[in-house]
Amino acid sequence: MVYLTRKVEFSASHVYHNPEFSAEENRRVFGKCNNPHGHGHNYVLEVTVAGEPDARTGMIIDLQELKGLLQREILERMDHRFLNYEVPELKGRIPTTETVAMTIWGLLEPKIQRARLHRVRLYETPDLFVDCFGDGR
Amino acid sequence: MKVQLTRRYRFSASHRLHSADLSAEENRRIYGKCNNPYGHGHNYALEVTVGGAVNSSTGMIANLVDLDEFVQREVVEPFDHRYLNEEVAAFQQTVPTTENLCREVFRRLRRFPEAHLERIRIEETGANSFEYAGDPGESQR
Repeated sequence: MVYLTRKVEFSASHVYHNPEFSAEENRRVFGKCNNPHGHGHNYVLEVTVAGEPDARTGMIIDLQELKGLLQREILERMDHRFLNYEVPELKGRIPTTETVAMTIWGLLEPKIQRARLHRVRLYETPDLFVDCFGDGR
Repeated sequence: MKVQLTRRYRFSASHRLHSADLSAEENRRIYGKCNNPYGHGHNYALEVTVGGAVNSSTGMIANLVDLDEFVQREVVEPFDHRYLNEEVAAFQQTVPTTENLCREVFRRLRRFPEAHLERIRIEETGANSFEYAGDPGESQR
């Protein structure tokens, strides 16, 4: 098995707020992330696919295809957006790094054909990242 | 789906690699410059990885404020700007290599109550890093 990782960056804003919590509870649980106007990050996304290299091409996945998929599914959806309001998959959810990474997994996993999605790693800052792995890990 | 969150922390500390079980000559031969009697320091980077279910009302595996406070109290405060050999009880008998530092940090952090500690990783320098995920069958201390 060979693993290939492609990295892309996007910038987006978000706010953490649960309407089922009181204002005080929201502030206590989410701290500064509850600021109603939101705040943003430069996200770095690393997508790792796994597979056996094709005998004729020597590739586990066509990088151009993967690049196009990331552009269409992730960058066009999330780059320079307010995640809570502009990304339909995140509406009504709290767009923590965990939630955004899991959403990205859900968007990419069914669309990767020849190889298998192995890991989605999403950095919210250089000091915080979340990894998602499939159940067959 | 398995989800893990990793947070990165930093601390600076000094140490000396010296084993009381070895002769002075052996200590010099095995540990080289790291055996210099006055010790030396590093800027350590620590990555802490926790896993578990994502809470549906917060969207989080663990609240970062709680994780930060816990790691700060258990590791960063007691280690930062300290001489590990003299100021951390665990290293008074054990050589503070980064391997042993990993085990001590893991032992301290596994008590984090909100999520499961999956592994830790320590960079001693930009070129050397060490990972520890506990040993199979190791008791929960």
